[in-house]
Amino acid sequence: MTRLKPIASSEITPREIYLRRREFLGGALAAAAFAGLPGRARATPLTFSKSTYSTNEPPTPKEDVTSYNNFYEFGTSKSSPSRYAGLMKTNPWSVKIDGMVSKPATYALEDILKSVTLEERIYRLRCVEGWSMVIPWIGFPLSQLLKRAEPLGSAKFVAFETLVRPSEMPGQSGWFQTLDWPYTEGLRLDEAMHPLTILAVGLYGETLPNQDGAPIRLVVPWKYGFKSIKSIVRISLAETQPATAWNKEAPNEYGFYSNVNPEVDHPRWSQSTERRIGEGSGLFAARRPTLPFNGYADQVASLYTGMDLKAYF
Amino acid sequence: MAVFASLSSRSLQRALNAAPRWPLYAAGAAPGVWIFWLALNNRLGADPVKELEHALGLWALRFIVAGLAVTPLRRLGGPNLLRFRRALGLLAFFYACAHLLSYLLFDQGLDAHAIAADILKRPYITIGMFAFAILVPLAATSNVAMIRRMGAAAWQKLHRWVYVAAAAAAIHFIMVVKSWPAEPLIYAALVALLLLARAEFSLRRRFERFSRAPARRRREERDSAPEAIQAK
Repeated sequence: MTRLKPIASSEITPREIYLRRREFLGGALAAAAFAGLPGRARATPLTFSKSTYSTNEPPTPKEDVTSYNNFYEFGTSKSSPSRYAGLMKTNPWSVKIDGMVSKPATYALEDILKSVTLEERIYRLRCVEGWSMVIPWIGFPLSQLLKRAEPLGSAKFVAFETLVRPSEMPGQSGWFQTLDWPYTEGLRLDEAMHPLTILAVGLYGETLPNQDGAPIRLVVPWKYGFKSIKSIVRISLAETQPATAWNKEAPNEYGFYSNVNPEVDHPRWSQSTERRIGEGSGLFAARRPTLPFNGYADQVASLYTGMDLKAYF
Repeated sequence: MAVFASLSSRSLQRALNAAPRWPLYAAGAAPGVWIFWLALNNRLGADPVKELEHALGLWALRFIVAGLAVTPLRRLGGPNLLRFRRALGLLAFFYACAHLLSYLLFDQGLDAHAIAADILKRPYITIGMFAFAILVPLAATSNVAMIRRMGAAAWQKLHRWVYVAAAAAAIHFIMVVKSWPAEPLIYAALVALLLLARAEFSLRRRFERFSRAPARRRREERDSAPEAIQAK
C-alpha cells in the first residue's frame, strides 16, 4: 500500500480564496491571491525618495542579496533562508512597542507605514564573518517610529525581538538550537535615534523577500550585520543594556556595540579586510581593507568619543 | 544463510582484490575538478572563494575519514579495502593541497604578510597548517620504495600520525564556523569514533596475553602490514 505524501499546512488554500475560486480561475484574482497566500508574499513595488545618506558604490547584485543570507531561524547554511523562508507568514504583521514609553502600543505594519515617508538608503553591510555587500534598502528612520511612542527620560537603550514560530522557521525546532530564541538585539538610545539607523521594509525597489528579514527589519550600517535584526515583532525601550543573541552565545566574540573596526579582531579571525560579494571576477576578486565604522566614521564616530573601542567591542 | 553470506563476501573480496585502482584516483579527483570548474564559471554562488575553500577542505576530511575507516571496516567483518587505502590517503592530500592553495591564492591573494599573521595569530589557521604539515611526509612516503627504505615498523609508526592530522583537521573545521552547526560536529564525531576504535585495538593487544587470541592477532598483523611484504 503506497503511503500518501503528507500535505504541508502552508499549502492549504486560504478560505477567502477558496470561496472565490471561480473568480480565481477567471484570472481576476490572480495577483491578489498570490499576495494573500500565507508564506508566499509576492514582492510589491514601493514608492520612495532618494537620500543623501546613500553611497554611490555599485549595489551588490540582487541575486546575491537574496540568496546569500545568515538567518539561523531557517538553518545555518547561507542558502537555507532563501530555501525555507517562504514558509514564514508575514501577513498580517504587527510590531509591539513597549517598555519605557508613554504611549505603548501594538502597531499593525500598515499603520506604521502610513505615518512615515520611505527613502532609498544604499548602505554598505559588513558581516562579522568578513564579507560585505552594498544594499539598496527602502525604509525610514527608526527615530520616526520611536518618537511616536514617546520614550521616557529614563529610557537609555532600545531592545528588539524577532519572530519565534517553530512551525514556520525550521531552525527553531529540533533537539539542538544554534541560538537562544527569540533573536534579540539592542542599541543605545542615541544610536537608535541616529539618522543613519533605519527600519527597512524593502530592497531593490520592492518589499523585502522573506530571507532578508521581511516584513520589517533594522539596518545599522556602521555595525556588524548581525546587529541589523530581521523580522521584528517587538521594540522595547529600556533603562539597562539589553541582552543580545550573539553576545549570549559567545560573549568574548560578539560585543554589544560591535562597531565595524579593522583594528579590533574577532578572537578567531582578523577584521582588517573583507571580501565584497559579487565584485570583480568571483574567484579572483581581491579582499579589500575594512574601514572604521564601515566607512560611516564621519557620521557616527562622535557617538563614541572617549570610549575605549577595544574594551567596548 | 551464513553460507550464502560468506560465499558472496568471498567473491566480493576476490573482485576487490582484482580491481584496478586508477579509477579510484580519477573518481576521487572528479569532485575537485568539478567544483573548480563551477568556480571559474561563476556558478558557486555569492562567495565562490569561501565555497571553493570549504568544498575542498571537506573532501580532504572525507578522504581522511574514509582511509581511517578501512581497518575498522575489515575488523568488523566487512570487505578488506586495504589495497585502496593509499589512494584514499593521497586523494586526501590532493584535496588538502588544493584547499591550502585556494586559501593562499584566492582568499589571501598571496599576501605573505597577511598569511604569516594569520598563521601566527589565528588558532584555527595554525591548527590547519599543523594538520597539513603532517600530511606532507605521509604523502611523500606513500610508495613501495619508501616502505622498503624505512622498513615496516618505522613506516607504520610514521603513518600513525594520520590520527593526529585527522583530529587537527576536525578541530580546524569546528573553529572556523560561528556557533555550533551540525556539519563540523558530525565530522568530529566520526573522527573521534575512528580514533576510539584504534585506541580500543591497542588496548586489546596489550591485554591479549591473558586471552586466547594471539593467533588471530598475528594474522591481523600480517594483513595490515605494508603492501611490500604482503602478497598482492
